Amino acid sequence: MSNHTSLYTVSDNVRRRNAVEKRFRFYGLTAIAIGIVALIVLLSSVLSNGSGAFQQTYVTLSVHLPADKLDKQGNRDPEEMKSVSTFGYSPLIRDAVVARADELGWVMPEGMKPKDMGALISKEAAAQLRNFVLANPEVVGTTIEIEMLANGRVDGYMKGRVDREFALLDSNIDVEQLDLVDLLIEGGNLEKRFNWAFLTSPDASGQRPEAAGLGVAILGSAYMMLVVLFLALPIGVAASIYLEEFAPTNKWTDLIEVNISNLAAVPSIVFGILGLAIFINFAGLPQSAPIVGGLVLTLMTLPTIIIATRASLKSVPPSIRDAALGVGASKMQAVFHHVLPLAAPGILTGTIIGLAQALGETAPLLLIGMVAFVKEYPSMPPEGFFDPASALPVQVFNWTQRADAGFVERASGAIIVLLVFLIIMNAVAVLLRRRFERRW
Amino acid sequence: MPLLWILILVLAIATVGYFAARTRAMATAGGDSRILHSLPNYYGMNAVLSALVPSLAVLALWLIVQPMYLQSHVAGMIPDHVIAEGSSRDLIMSDVRRIASGLNIAVEQGAMSANEASGLRSELTNVRERLAEVGVALGSDVQPEVLAAAQEYRSIAKSGSFFMLIVVLALAVLGAVYAWKRSHKDFRARNIVEKAVLGLLIAAASIAILTTLGIVMSMLMETMNFFSQYEATSFFFGIKWAPDFRGDSALGILPLLWGTLYISLIALLVAVPVGLFAAIYMSEYAGPKLRAVAKPLIEILAGIPTIVYGLFALLTVGPLLRDYFAKPTGLGESADSVLTAGLVMGIMLIPFVSSLSDDIINAVPQSMRDGSLGLGATKSETIRQVIVPAALPGIVGAVLLATSRAIGETMIVVMGAGAAAAQLDKGLAEAINPLEAMTTVTTRIVSQLTGDTDFAAPETLVAFALGLTLFVITLGLNVLALYIVRKYREQYE
Repeated sequence: MSNHTSLYTVSDNVRRRNAVEKRFRFYGLTAIAIGIVALIVLLSSVLSNGSGAFQQTYVTLSVHLPADKLDKQGNRDPEEMKSVSTFGYSPLIRDAVVARADELGWVMPEGMKPKDMGALISKEAAAQLRNFVLANPEVVGTTIEIEMLANGRVDGYMKGRVDREFALLDSNIDVEQLDLVDLLIEGGNLEKRFNWAFLTSPDASGQRPEAAGLGVAILGSAYMMLVVLFLALPIGVAASIYLEEFAPTNKWTDLIEVNISNLAAVPSIVFGILGLAIFINFAGLPQSAPIVGGLVLTLMTLPTIIIATRASLKSVPPSIRDAALGVGASKMQAVFHHVLPLAAPGILTGTIIGLAQALGETAPLLLIGMVAFVKEYPSMPPEGFFDPASALPVQVFNWTQRADAGFVERASGAIIVLLVFLIIMNAVAVLLRRRFERRW
Repeated sequence: MPLLWILILVLAIATVGYFAARTRAMATAGGDSRILHSLPNYYGMNAVLSALVPSLAVLALWLIVQPMYLQSHVAGMIPDHVIAEGSSRDLIMSDVRRIASGLNIAVEQGAMSANEASGLRSELTNVRERLAEVGVALGSDVQPEVLAAAQEYRSIAKSGSFFMLIVVLALAVLGAVYAWKRSHKDFRARNIVEKAVLGLLIAAASIAILTTLGIVMSMLMETMNFFSQYEATSFFFGIKWAPDFRGDSALGILPLLWGTLYISLIALLVAVPVGLFAAIYMSEYAGPKLRAVAKPLIEILAGIPTIVYGLFALLTVGPLLRDYFAKPTGLGESADSVLTAGLVMGIMLIPFVSSLSDDIINAVPQSMRDGSLGLGATKSETIRQVIVPAALPGIVGAVLLATSRAIGETMIVVMGAGAAAAQLDKGLAEAINPLEAMTTVTTRIVSQLTGDTDFAAPETLVAFALGLTLFVITLGLNVLALYIVRKYREQYE
């Protein structure tokens, strides 16, 4: 058989080669599958870790506000009432929890103190209550229904992150407290709903993850994107026009070209060192300021914008330029009046993609001090550009460095917010390309 | 006067100049724009440019030079005996700036009259107390020399800003008037404007060079500074990394380089086979439908910020490897490990390798495929024996670019690789254990430069030497890769 082969019978050799062929295809498919599976695992891990951050547990209680403690002079003047600090308010909240527990028939277990019952409410709540009273001085002396943040552990219990087994090991919460939480749920005092404060409120200190929000970080990122847009777009477009339309082929042009392609591949951390050494230490700009972050990100984004702009200038056919020159336009007029408008959609797309990259960049911002704890909102631009602020990706990093497990949830939630921004930006870029792309 | 107002004023002058010059040009032509040399707007633009360019250039220069002059002039006023033990001129200077800005605030709030602020004597008034009243806290009592320096600082800064305002506005007005004077129907406004615009374009293009120069200069200066305090040979050949801010640190780069290269190696072991096979399958086998779905999906991986990968390493991959690999085998205890960082970085690099290789494989001429298939080779034989060898230089270039990415990557290693340096002096087994935490060059740059830093200590300055080393390595890899890819492209074009 093996000596005379027929086309109708498959020889060993062919069979082997076909098997190799099949295996090879299989490897390729596996590689693609690995890539896609990695993407799915990555995204689902972030989503499952972070979705909790968009829900928040609130406790509604009737709090009595005794006039003799909050307003000793009795004339309801907010200025005078400011002398009572948050320490004056937290006992009131504790008493409110105890009172409500009594109403619901709570039998105090041995070893539990009223303090432990008050601990179910966030430490932030005292400040919340104080602000409310100072804004509405007339409520002093009455009993009001007020909604307060629950403690991070209680919040975790409502979301299934904390259970009784966990509470045995955790010094911040114990099983009896969770029993009380169950009772309060029955009594209708606990409610879990969408967490708008996560998107608007500023960062909070290490013990109160339940109060931490992204407000300052989102504002800081927005300021930086504004700086990048207003610097990188004009400079990038101008540089591309020169290189694509006017530059003679000489050593200088070559040098610029080599520089641009290298800058695109320089590690981002090196730009952070540049920002620290030049903008902060040499030029004396303030640390943690969006202007410095914006400048550093501008330098990083420039190569992306230049490459995209040059590609779209190149795709405008020469006949357009020739026609303009033919009817007497100068070279500058041909470029600015005809080529540039036709290349605009491509330039815009490239700019948005560059901005999206800049939005997610973290490492250089760490070096220019954006990791600092910032609780104050920056003021309006242009002064706001010089105020300390945080940035979305840096806030994520910041939260992962904190001990409380509640911050892990917050960090993943912040990543979701970041990804939503990126998806929106990229979708806009794709839509622009679809809508305006022209084939010549 | 804040900067914003100066800018608005200059812009207003330019706008007035625009209309004035345009009108004058039109008037000389008797209202008939056909007689003008250039279109009327060019006369206006000429006025705008001559008002803006010189005044803004002087403004920028002034803003850079004035603080430098102030610094050196005022620092010279402080006699040596004022500088206490353990302090430095820089620290005193920051006091000076703080007092000066405190006095400004006091005058602004009306707590002090302007005369009082400049005539203040520390022998007669307690400056620290007065400033505390307006919310400026000082660390120590104010010495007379320091207060005098602060007052000098204030007066120079004030007169400097005043002169700046005068000079900038005068330049703007002069420029506008000069352009207005020249606006005549025979004036070649378009040529002038176009030349100026070309100059601006060239300036914009040169920013790339300035950036590179800025990077190199900033790191070089501080690196030189570092090497004057710490021996270069111990930095480049030291096998121990143990910084200590109290002094007597061991700052050898080798453990960090080893960590960096080891993690990069693992990342490449993941990314190169997966990326390459994905690219081959996508360009040679996949139908248009699969391609349309798979290619963008894999490219999404490239658009995800590295902080997301870092979080993935920290929350998912690290604990998984620790619980199912490191602890059962007894090789490690921590979630931070070389393998964690390497695997996650590998995922990040997949789209990088695959899209570069895809381009390169597509650039191999179709005739080579046809020739091989025509001789009876199967598709996989064609790929392995014809296409890949032909594309090899390009693929090597892509791998080099990926390597440079891996070496320079920061967030994944900061969050996934740990902070302990590789212990090269403890033997080979310790150094190549992939489940051990190992720190990298980029991680150390971040940790040495964040938080409170003292730019005179070698423990801080070492970050610049590390940065420069990183820059040189990645630059070398990039240049080599681009050279190889370019050579390869030329071969087929």
